Amino acid sequence: MKVLMSGNEAIARGAYEAGVRFAAAYPGTPSTEILEEFSKYEGVYAEWSPNEKVAVEVTIGAALAGEKALAVMKHVGVNVAADPIFTVSYTGTNGALVIVSADDPSLHSSQNEQDNRNYARFAKIPMLEPADAREAKEYIKLAFAISEKFDTPVFLRSTTRVAHSKSVVTLAEPEKYKGKTGFTYNAEKYVMVPVNARSQRVEVEKRQQALKIFVETFPENKMEISNPDVGIITAGMPYNYAKEVFPDYSYLKLGMVYPLPEMLIRNFASKVKKIYVIEELDPFLEEQIKAMGIKVIGKEIFPYTLEFDPGIIRNVIERNTEGTVSPYKESLSPRPPNLCPGCPHRGLFYALRKHKVYVHGDIGCYTLSYMKPLEGLHSCICMGASIGMAHGMSKALKEKGKGKVVGVIGDSTFLHSGITSLLNMAYNNSDALIIILDNNTTAMTGMQEHPGTGYTLMGKEAKKVNLKVLISALGIDNIKVIDPLDQKATRSAIKEELAKDGPSVIIAQRPCALFKRANTKAKPALKVDPDKCEGCKVCLGLNCPPISWKKGVTKEGSKRKGISFIDENICNGCGLCEQVCKFGAIS
Amino acid sequence: MVDNEVKSILFAGVGGQGILRASDIICEAIMEAGLDVKKSEVHGMAQRGGCVTSHVRYGKKVYSPLAEPGSIQTLISFEKMEALRYLKFLRKDAAIIVNTEEIYPPAVNMGNAPYPEDVVSFLKKHYGKVISFNAVELAQKAGNMKTANVVLLGAVSNLMNIDQSIWQSVIKKSFPDKLVKMNLAAFQMGIDA
Repeated sequence: MKVLMSGNEAIARGAYEAGVRFAAAYPGTPSTEILEEFSKYEGVYAEWSPNEKVAVEVTIGAALAGEKALAVMKHVGVNVAADPIFTVSYTGTNGALVIVSADDPSLHSSQNEQDNRNYARFAKIPMLEPADAREAKEYIKLAFAISEKFDTPVFLRSTTRVAHSKSVVTLAEPEKYKGKTGFTYNAEKYVMVPVNARSQRVEVEKRQQALKIFVETFPENKMEISNPDVGIITAGMPYNYAKEVFPDYSYLKLGMVYPLPEMLIRNFASKVKKIYVIEELDPFLEEQIKAMGIKVIGKEIFPYTLEFDPGIIRNVIERNTEGTVSPYKESLSPRPPNLCPGCPHRGLFYALRKHKVYVHGDIGCYTLSYMKPLEGLHSCICMGASIGMAHGMSKALKEKGKGKVVGVIGDSTFLHSGITSLLNMAYNNSDALIIILDNNTTAMTGMQEHPGTGYTLMGKEAKKVNLKVLISALGIDNIKVIDPLDQKATRSAIKEELAKDGPSVIIAQRPCALFKRANTKAKPALKVDPDKCEGCKVCLGLNCPPISWKKGVTKEGSKRKGISFIDENICNGCGLCEQVCKFGAIS
Repeated sequence: MVDNEVKSILFAGVGGQGILRASDIICEAIMEAGLDVKKSEVHGMAQRGGCVTSHVRYGKKVYSPLAEPGSIQTLISFEKMEALRYLKFLRKDAAIIVNTEEIYPPAVNMGNAPYPEDVVSFLKKHYGKVISFNAVELAQKAGNMKTANVVLLGAVSNLMNIDQSIWQSVIKKSFPDKLVKMNLAAFQMGIDA
């Protein structure tokens, strides 16, 4: 049967067809849908682990028990999971283990643009890279086959364009689950103390050699010889772009990007006159091919940064300096993403900015508050970083920083990697204030469960962590719980906690406005009374999408130039603007 | 259709307008019609009120899910000014379907920037075929403003060579039973617009 699938849906389907019934992940764009889709198949176990490191460890455990296990994460998630990944490369996987790394060239929704193909070489783990959904489904199967055959973890690398593009996929009958689980004792192989790791280290190099032979005949490394004047070596989505604009050139399309098939590449090089290596981000293929002594053209002309498209490839190769231009020459007002109407974060940041503090941010919807006019936070590095950074800044500033350093972090992010840094704050005692923005879900990636929601990925009721008890057990004595849409209470809680010695935590608790399970149905829309509105624009400072300001429609005798309006179609009725209006004009 | 010709449609608008659903439906219809199809979009931050685009490409064999600038034959803009944002992607003889509904970007809401004037006449001056109407008003007539995306699909179906029976069956498959009648009505509104 033919169906239309995204790369992510196809990876989930392919794993299921390969007989995989075990998977773990932490959500992250562009990888999230893989586990959501996988969890819907009959007879599978799939979990949201609190973070990517845990997810990989969970799948290693399952693989050691004989399962074919799948771990999924976005590119930066691999950083979090790098520790177990580098050493499971030594121990091998017994059952099978495939790690999906979803990279994000162009940083559509990420904090960096790292090229995770480097992890394959760094950790000596083979890596496959599909170019569309059809290949994604096939390659995940091949990845499991390689893992089983060579007793190695295998990476499957996708990018945003593969993950979120749809194409036609032919479904196959799923392989029957072969439940071969049990205990395999082999301490020399699985206990990585130096003496054992030294000998496994040698096994890794033997495996590398075996894989180098294997890749020479790997059928997804495909040579297409047509025009012998120009050859293109490429992999993944850029193959499609190049093929689109230069259908007549010769191609070597690499389905496996690590290790490389040296003989095949030499063979290709002997058949064509000039070779371009077309790859997004790092010169990963190019440098290895150049090290073989083969002359190729790569990053001398192609960009290092951002994703490619057919136009970029054509313009670079044809040396077109002028791209296509729009006939419309005026500048168009941008549409930056914004916090939703009714978002509880808006209330918290509006209250927080009154205190003139330095706010360390973290990864989540709330990061969007950094923009004008809220300007709610002043740094953001990675998942869980806000707490450690707030602690470090507070320690460095000593008295100067007292009452002035804040870290904000979401509930899912706190449980991902904030707990240890909060423990550190209690242990090493700094004065910073940490605010946990507890909206009871992982909102940014689309409402995924986590240990604080009370449900699992499979929809079962689960133990729900009690944040207050957890934080108190870490050694934090000052803990307050507030509703961030209550401005008065929020402001006074912030003021009180900033004044205290030692670390404090405020839990700002209110479910995400889009979270259906939490009964966050919108209340009736608020209205601006045009007779009372003085046009002072204070409500615009909330940057709430339904609130606008129109020139000219002022009440008689007013000095103001215009008044505010609320679009009743999108107002959530949260009441925040009503609280900030000094003239009682909103109700 | 010429043998190797790949056609491209660009959907553009603002988060929450049902653009991704509409481009899914069109892809299903193209697939049912026996052609190869690929589409590309970027999720994530776009869901928070930002610009949303979706490229749909179809033909006998499609490689790239993204169209090359200057190559797109059809633009469906779900919001009026958004049509202007992507003109560099269009061929000079492109057809443009534009919903005249206005959704203000933040700077316009704040009174700090103007909303572009005379969008439709600008488009008409530069492109051969421009079809403009308020899809939200038509959607309301069909029963719910949320069906505006299906109204726009109806309009684009006039420009494509796909049987009505295929569109009907894909729309039936795409919505829960109780919403099918309303969406079919919305689709017809678009055909007649």
